[in-house]
Amino acid sequence: MNASVNSPIYDASALATRFREILRSDQIIVDAESKRPYECDALPVYKAMPLLVLAPETTQQIQAINRLCNELKLPVVARGAGTGLSAGALPDKNGVLVSLARLCKIIEIDPEARIARVQPGVRNLAITEAAEEYGLYYAPDPSSQIACSIGGNIAENSGGVHCLKYGLTVHNVLGMEVVTADGEILQVGGCGLDTAGYDFNALFIGSEGLLGIVTEVRVKLLPIPEHARVVMAGFASVLSAGDAVSAVIAAGIIPAGLEMMDGFAIQAAEDFVSAGYPRDASALLLCEVDGSENEVLEHVEHIEKIFHEFGATSCRVSRDEEERALLWKGRKSAFPAVGRISPDYYCMDGTIPRRKIGTVLEAIHRLSDQYGLRIANVFHAGDGNLHPLILFDASVPGELHTAEALGGKILELCVEVGGSITGEHGVGAEKLRYMLTQFNDAELAQFYAIKDAFDPSGMLNPGKGIPTLRQCQEYRSIDASIRT
Amino acid sequence: MGDIADELEATVRAAAASGKKLSIVAGGSKSFVGRNVSGERLDVSGHCGILDYQPAELVLTVRAGTKLTEIAQCLEERQQMLPFEPPDFDGKATIGGTLACDMSGPARPWRGSVRDVTLGVTLINGRGQRLRFGGQVLKNVAGYDVSRLQAGAMGTLGVMTEITLRLLPTPAATATVFCEMDSRAAIKRMNELARLPLPISGAAWLGGSLYLRLEGAERAVTGALGKVGPEFQPGDESIWMRIREQSLTFFEGNASLWRFSVASNAGHRIEDQSWLFDWGGAQRWLRGEFEMKYLESLANDLGGQVSLYRHGDRAGEVFHTQAPAMRNLQLRLKNSFDPHGILNAGRMYHGI
Repeated sequence: MNASVNSPIYDASALATRFREILRSDQIIVDAESKRPYECDALPVYKAMPLLVLAPETTQQIQAINRLCNELKLPVVARGAGTGLSAGALPDKNGVLVSLARLCKIIEIDPEARIARVQPGVRNLAITEAAEEYGLYYAPDPSSQIACSIGGNIAENSGGVHCLKYGLTVHNVLGMEVVTADGEILQVGGCGLDTAGYDFNALFIGSEGLLGIVTEVRVKLLPIPEHARVVMAGFASVLSAGDAVSAVIAAGIIPAGLEMMDGFAIQAAEDFVSAGYPRDASALLLCEVDGSENEVLEHVEHIEKIFHEFGATSCRVSRDEEERALLWKGRKSAFPAVGRISPDYYCMDGTIPRRKIGTVLEAIHRLSDQYGLRIANVFHAGDGNLHPLILFDASVPGELHTAEALGGKILELCVEVGGSITGEHGVGAEKLRYMLTQFNDAELAQFYAIKDAFDPSGMLNPGKGIPTLRQCQEYRSIDASIRT
Repeated sequence: MGDIADELEATVRAAAASGKKLSIVAGGSKSFVGRNVSGERLDVSGHCGILDYQPAELVLTVRAGTKLTEIAQCLEERQQMLPFEPPDFDGKATIGGTLACDMSGPARPWRGSVRDVTLGVTLINGRGQRLRFGGQVLKNVAGYDVSRLQAGAMGTLGVMTEITLRLLPTPAATATVFCEMDSRAAIKRMNELARLPLPISGAAWLGGSLYLRLEGAERAVTGALGKVGPEFQPGDESIWMRIREQSLTFFEGNASLWRFSVASNAGHRIEDQSWLFDWGGAQRWLRGEFEMKYLESLANDLGGQVSLYRHGDRAGEVFHTQAPAMRNLQLRLKNSFDPHGILNAGRMYHGI
């Protein structure tokens, strides 16, 4: 399933000897049992055993690893917390897996400059926890923020429920230290807001570990908003909920967070956390506004009025922090909640222009009937990121395959309406073939050219992100044979 | 409105075959930025017009040669705006040039730069291929972020034809205040205020005064005015336009104009010189003749970079020197888009 690029085949124990020249023995994992936890990320459908797992502790060790791998033509896959959902950290069976978990120090919090300097293995939430005493926080908050690492956030350009107002990882990173494929240490960005030359921050963020290994990160910290409230409203249809969202934006309000769930997702979440979600609603909106207390109250009144105008069947405003947390808890636990009602689920990650939400959900319902699998939908309504959760049972022969085929149809649909095959989970190994839906040959060729500029031997995370020309040909011949 | 993408593509393809160098121009308002280049003029100003505007999605798609004034006029009708407050330089600036030069105004630290709000770009690379990257959605992690990579690339990677941007609603209320203080006090104060949850959208120090702008909902601005300190007095709102358009007396004349992009709280050096601070202290302008190497060492100390922004010797290097490993990769990246070196060759650095 993962394609190493012309790498020689090495014997793991012989290889370990080479790595002992640059790492301590306890930083090199050779035996199968200890390597097992690294064989997949949070998309366990894809599994592979690497020859070795390496656990460097310094930039210099990573530099030495890349130099040696470059010399040996050995594939290198970097891994953060392993919470990724596209098999981006899937090991290469003929290569090494580099775990960045031990680079987990918060090097410095500079409250005056509002900058945190951290190592890539630091958890997303740990940055906010360290900054809170200064009244600051790190804004991007992906659902996995308790566990996911900032290095992984950079690989996927992670967002979170507040990205409509506060942006994605790419908007909140000022600079980073990167070790390149040939073992050079690059300082990208800095403490200022921009640097001359090509914007390597923009290029590296979201590049899924294909261009270099991040060894240090400088992120912006923002002042914690004085006040925040969430308005929850139920609607009789997804369309009216979507129209209500458009009306809020047209009224000049930028909510801090804006989430939609469909009827199935509402039921599952309510069964799981009892947040007081309206079970009878076909769509639920969670709309958070933050700012000064007066400003928030002004916006809340306005939003409530809009929601009623657009036919809200119920509407509730959080009165305190506890209630606000509870209303969000339902949404943040939507995935495990759906997981409880089905043996397995497959989480998709397309983006669409918001005005297409009605059309897309109707089409998804049709596909669900056609393929005979239930689908719950969770939608970041503010930024157009749709997460259909396809329910299936892996123990039923063929059902995983059906779920994957159905997922593929949904991604094609997203591209058709002007969206993208992935908003935040990444292409990884999972969505390689759908890159052909979104990009033509010349565009893919430009991606190869960029990859080649940074990693001519193709040793960094091979088989992920961008399909190779050979894979493209294979996918096309499969598609052609299905059609004929 | 005009669509000349096919002609542009044909010109670039022919140039790729012959090796003829092209110099990309639209409004010509920023010809002073970067290094002098030779090459046949490729005028993209005819490629203009608004292609799609979705107010409820805060998304706008335009041809690259569209004038900023035309965009502003269109957005005004729906009380929306380009968040990054770009200079329009007497109405000549286009969106393509603005993105290529990564031009953002005083609001940049709070509302993001043109790079930050770029969602998608269609460009013609140096092989003469028209390619589309990104899209119309905020979140999009399929493939490398080639769209945002165009910010500050000065047209050396491709001729942009279409650009999709994210918009913001125009704030309901705005207030400008100022207070006399020296540069050191101003740096301290700007950074202290930026730590507080206040709706700041401008902080600049010039002529011995610190200017602040507060923008947002009516109640947010009124509330914030009470918090910035009683020593601040109501100020002239047009100061922000004059900083943005570089039309203040500070920017007049032919003395070299240096731009420092540094940590917002970095200390002040060579204080006796002529300075103007913007972006809450993160962008600092200096007038006068200096050795580039000397200013580079200052900028390094301040956690950032310096460039010779305008005037001075534009045949030599004008941007901060890059470390050898960085320069090597920048060259390789340039080559991956423009293998024949025909697009604005040498505009950014020698050979890039």
